[in-house]
Amino acid sequence: MSFTTQETIRAILTDVLGLSVDQVAAMDDDTELFGALPELDSMAVAGLLTEMEDRLGIMIDDDDVDGDMFATLGSLVAFAHTKVTG
Amino acid sequence: MTPPTFLTYDFGGQSEFCLCFGERHAARRIIIIPPVFDEMNRTRRMLVEVMRALASRGICSLLPDLPGLNESLADISKQTVDTWRQALEEAAVQLNPTQIVSLRGGTLIDDVADRPILRLAPVKGASLLKTMLRSRLLADKEAGINSTIDGLMASAESGFLELSGYNLSDEMLQSLQDAAPSTSCQFQEIALADIDGSPLWLRAEPQDDARMSAAFADKLDVWSSACAK
Repeated sequence: MSFTTQETIRAILTDVLGLSVDQVAAMDDDTELFGALPELDSMAVAGLLTEMEDRLGIMIDDDDVDGDMFATLGSLVAFAHTKVTG
Repeated sequence: MTPPTFLTYDFGGQSEFCLCFGERHAARRIIIIPPVFDEMNRTRRMLVEVMRALASRGICSLLPDLPGLNESLADISKQTVDTWRQALEEAAVQLNPTQIVSLRGGTLIDDVADRPILRLAPVKGASLLKTMLRSRLLADKEAGINSTIDGLMASAESGFLELSGYNLSDEMLQSLQDAAPSTSCQFQEIALADIDGSPLWLRAEPQDDARMSAAFADKLDVWSSACAK
C-alpha cells in the first residue's frame, strides 16, 4: 500500500500532535498550523521533522526549517513534496 | 485496583527504583525497559496501566529506572548507553525476570539477559539524538540564539550539552549516535497496529491510551504464555 505525501503528512499530524482523525480530515490546504494549533510547539516540530524523514524517506536540512513551512497544511505538504520528488 | 510495590536494584553504589505490580514470585515476571529521556515520561502512564492489567492476570511486571532518569539520583552526565545496559544486566540478575519487553530507546539496551525479548517501535539512538538536537535548535532560535548541530555537539567536548533538560556528556552523545537494537539476541517485534496503539512518545504532552494499554497487556499475556511453554 502506498500513501501520497498528503496522506502521510496527515497521519503524522494525527500521531505526533495527538489530533483526532476527524480534526485532521477536516483540514484543507489553508488550515493554519503553527501559531493556530496549541499542540504544535517547538518540541512537536522536532518530532514532526524526524517522523517526516522516517516515513517519507527524505532528509531535511535544519537550515531549511522556518515558520513559513509550518504556516498551513498546504505549505507543509508542498515542502515535503519538493523533498520527496527531489 | 492492584497496589504497586516499590523495589530497588543496586548498581554503581546506588539503589535504583523499580516499580512492581503483581505477585513477586509469579511464574511469569516481565521486566519492561522503558523509552529513554522525555519519551519515558510520555509513556509511563500507559505502561503502568499495562502493568496493572498484567497483575490482574497473575503476571508480575517490573519497571526499573535507568541511572540518571526518572527518580534516579545518579548523575545523568556520567551515563552512557553502555552504563545503562550494565545497570539492566544487574537489574536482571537481582530481579530475575522471565521475559523482557522493550520500547523505543529501551530496545537499544534490552540484550541484557538470556530471556525472550518483545520489542515495540524500536528506534536507532541516532534518531532519538537528532530529534533532541532539533528541539534544542528550535528552542535556541526562539530565544534569538543562532546555534548549529555541529556547534552544539562540539560544546559537549568541553563539559556537557543540555538536551531536553538532560546534561549529556560527549561520551553519551557518541554512544547514542552509534546505538542500535541488537540483532544477535532472541527477539520478536510488534507494531503499533498490532495493539491498536498510537505513538504516545511523540506527543508534546504526556497522555494515556486505555485501549492501547489493554491491547498491549493482551499481547504480552499471549506472548509470555507461549514463551513459557
